[in-house]
Amino acid sequence: MTTIVRPYGDTLDDGAVQLSFTLPVPFGPRGREAARLFVEKLGFRHAEVVHAAPLSGDFSFYVAYGRTEVAVDVDTIHVEEATGEKLYSMNEACAAIREKLGRKVVVVGACTGFDAHTVGIDAIMNMKGYNHHYGLERYSEVEAFNLGAQVPNEKLIDYAVKVNADAILVSQIVTQKDVHIRNLTELIELLEARGLRERFVVCAGGTRISNKLAVELGYDGGFGQGTYAEHVATFLIDRLVDKVAPGGA
Amino acid sequence: MESRLHMPQERIDRARELASRIVAPVQEFIDAHTTVTVERATLRLAGADGADADGIPVPNLVIDQLSGRLDEGALKFWVNALVRTGEDVAGLNRKVAEGLRVDALPLADPAALEAKAAELVAACTRRVRGNRSLREERLARYAGKNHSPLLYVIVATGNIHEDVKQARAAAEQGADVVAVIRTTAQSLLDYVPYGATTEGFGGTYATQENFRIMRAALDEVVEREGRYVYLTNYASGLCMPEIAAMGALERLDMMLNDSMYGILFRDINMYRTFVDQKFSRMINAWAGVIINTGEDNYLTTSDAVEKAYTVLASQFLNERFAFAAGLEPWQMGLGHAFEMDPTIRNGFLMELSQALMAREIFPEAPLKYMPPTKFMTGDIFRGVVQNSLFNFVSQMTGQGIHLLGMLTEAIHTPFMQDRFLALENAKYVMNNMADLGAEVEFRMDGTIVKRAHAVLEETVAFLERIETTGLMDAIAEGLFADIRRPRDLGKGLDGLRKKSDGYWNPFEEHLHRELGL
Repeated sequence: MTTIVRPYGDTLDDGAVQLSFTLPVPFGPRGREAARLFVEKLGFRHAEVVHAAPLSGDFSFYVAYGRTEVAVDVDTIHVEEATGEKLYSMNEACAAIREKLGRKVVVVGACTGFDAHTVGIDAIMNMKGYNHHYGLERYSEVEAFNLGAQVPNEKLIDYAVKVNADAILVSQIVTQKDVHIRNLTELIELLEARGLRERFVVCAGGTRISNKLAVELGYDGGFGQGTYAEHVATFLIDRLVDKVAPGGA
Repeated sequence: MESRLHMPQERIDRARELASRIVAPVQEFIDAHTTVTVERATLRLAGADGADADGIPVPNLVIDQLSGRLDEGALKFWVNALVRTGEDVAGLNRKVAEGLRVDALPLADPAALEAKAAELVAACTRRVRGNRSLREERLARYAGKNHSPLLYVIVATGNIHEDVKQARAAAEQGADVVAVIRTTAQSLLDYVPYGATTEGFGGTYATQENFRIMRAALDEVVEREGRYVYLTNYASGLCMPEIAAMGALERLDMMLNDSMYGILFRDINMYRTFVDQKFSRMINAWAGVIINTGEDNYLTTSDAVEKAYTVLASQFLNERFAFAAGLEPWQMGLGHAFEMDPTIRNGFLMELSQALMAREIFPEAPLKYMPPTKFMTGDIFRGVVQNSLFNFVSQMTGQGIHLLGMLTEAIHTPFMQDRFLALENAKYVMNNMADLGAEVEFRMDGTIVKRAHAVLEETVAFLERIETTGLMDAIAEGLFADIRRPRDLGKGLDGLRKKSDGYWNPFEEHLHRELGL
C-alpha cells in the first residue's frame, strides 16, 4: 500500500510551505528577486516573497511561500525511535522493575566534556522533572545519580563502576562544530578500552541527538526533543529485562 | 517612585540587615587572602602581557616562578625586575616570555620599588580614567538615544571576526548592548589566552585582543548611528579579576559578575571565588563597569515559582558583596528571569509581581532581566509569544537591562535573523505600551501584591536560616539551588594563599583609596 502526502495549506495536495531565511546581499529589489529565485530553485512553484527587511548594510531577511510537487510515501517509512508506542508511566515503570527485575535500577547521568548545559539531564533525572513529567529521582525503584555538568568521560565511568550502575545517561546540548560527536565517541571508546561496554546500558540525549545517531555511535539508544523520563525508563527496563532473559518478554 | 506593590519597608530593611550580617564574616576571610588570579590581575594592571612560545601567558609565567612566595604579592618581583633590568614594561614582557626568572634577581631598595610602582599605578589610572571619561562623554553626547530598558543581545560564533559582523548588524538594528559569550569551559581555565582567536565552542575566548577588536568595531557603529553600544563580557570563572582588569583596560562597559555563581554552578572552590569576586568587583567599580549578576541560574536549575525567594535572597547578598567592593547602586545589574512554566494559570501575574518587586526593592539598580529559556521548545511560534510576554513585563516594570529572548533558543545559537526578529519584537512591544505601567494600580488584596509580599517573607526566613548557619556552611549544606559545595572541594583551591604580613600590592591599596574602602 502507498499513501502519498504533500504539505497541506488549505487544500489537499496544494504543497504549501513557509520559509524564512537571510541572504548576504543588501536589501532592495535585487535581493528580493534573489530570494524569489532561490525559492524557485528549491523546486517550489508559485514562489512568493511576502516580506523583506534589511538586517544590516550587507544582509537582508525574507519570508517566502511556495508550493511543491514533492511528496513522500508514509507507508514505506521505518521510524527508529528508542522506545516503541507503548510507554510505562512512572508507577507502571516501578511496578515493572519490581516484577521483572526484583531489584532497584541504578542510573548514573551527566552532561559530559565541557558542556555546561544541564537542562537536558535535569529534565530526565531531577525529582521535579520537566513539563509535569517527574524525573528518575522520583521513581521509587530507581536509584538515580545526576553528576551535573562538565563531567569528564573517565569520571563518569569511574562513578558508574563505583555505584554498580545498570545504565549511563549522557546529555550533550552544545553541538557547535560537532563537539558532541567527538565527546560521545570518546565515551564509548573508553568503555570498550576498559572492557566495560557490555556491563552498562548506555544512552545519549540532547536536542540534536536522535536514536539513529546514537546507535551509529555505539550507544544502546538515543533521545532527542520531546523526551521525558518515561521514555528513558521504558527503554532501560526493556533492555535490562532483555539482558536477564534474552529474547524473553 | 511610590510603591505600587505596597511593600513593607521594615521587612526590606530586615532583609538588608541580614545580608549585611551574613556577608561580614566572609569579608574578613576575603581580606586576609589572595589568589593566583588576583595576583595575575594585578600584574596585568601593571602592564604584564604577552605569552611565550607555548602560548603560556606572561602573568602565568611570573606566578609559576613565585609559587612559594606568592603570599608576599607578585607585583614586588615584577617591579623589581623592571628596576633591576632597566627594561620598560614591553621589554620585560618579552624577556619573561623568553625565560627570564623574576624571582632570581636580588631585591632592590624598597623606596625604588615604591617609586616604580607609583609610576605603574599612575599609568594604569590614566588609561582607565580615560576610558571612563570617554564612555561618559559619549553617553552624554548621545543621551536619550538608547532604549530603556537597554536591549541586550549575545553573539557566539567562536570566531572574533565573525562575531564582529554579527555584532555590527545587531547594533545597527538597534541593540544597545552586545555580549560576546565565552567559549564553553573558559570559566574553568586558570589562565586567560593571548591574542585574537577564531576557534571556540558555543562562544569565543575572552582575550584582551578580542576585547580590543570588538570595542573598535562597535565604536565605529557608535559614531555612525549616534548611539552608544555597551560591550559586555564575563568576569566569572577561575579568572574573574583578570577579565575585569582586561575589561578596564579595553573599555568594556558591563561584566557578568556574580559573588556565588562560580561556586554553585561551576564547582569552583568557595574560598577562591569569594576572594576573586571582591578584587574583580573593585576593578569593575573603579572602571565604571556595570556588573550583571547571575540569579537567573537558580531558576533554570530549580522551579521558578517555588524558588522565587532564592532569587531575591541572592540579590540581597550580591548587593551587599557589591557594596563591600565599592560598586555604586547604578553599577549593580542584579539578575532575575522570566522562567515560569508557561502552562501555569496566572503565571504571568507572578512574573509581573516578581519583576516589579525587584524594581521596587532595588530602585537604583539597572536590573538585568533574563528571557525564557527553560520552557522554550522547538515551537518557534510559541517562542515568539513567550518572548513578547517577557518584553511586556520588562517594559511595564521598568527593568534596566533586557536580554532579548531568541525564538530559536532551544535549537541553535542565534542566526542573524533571530536577533533581528527579537529586536523588532521588543521595539514594538515596548513602544506600543511605553507608559502602561504608570497607568496601572494593583489591588491590595490581589494576586500580584500578595505574591510579592509572600516572596519577600520567604526571603527573610531564608536569609535568617543562612545567617544562623553561616554563608559558607549554608553553601556546603546545599541551601542554595539544592547544590552542596563543601568548603575544601571544588576547582582552584590550590590557587589560594593567605597574605603574609609583608604582602605588598600598591594597586589594591590604590583601589581602596579611590573607592573609599
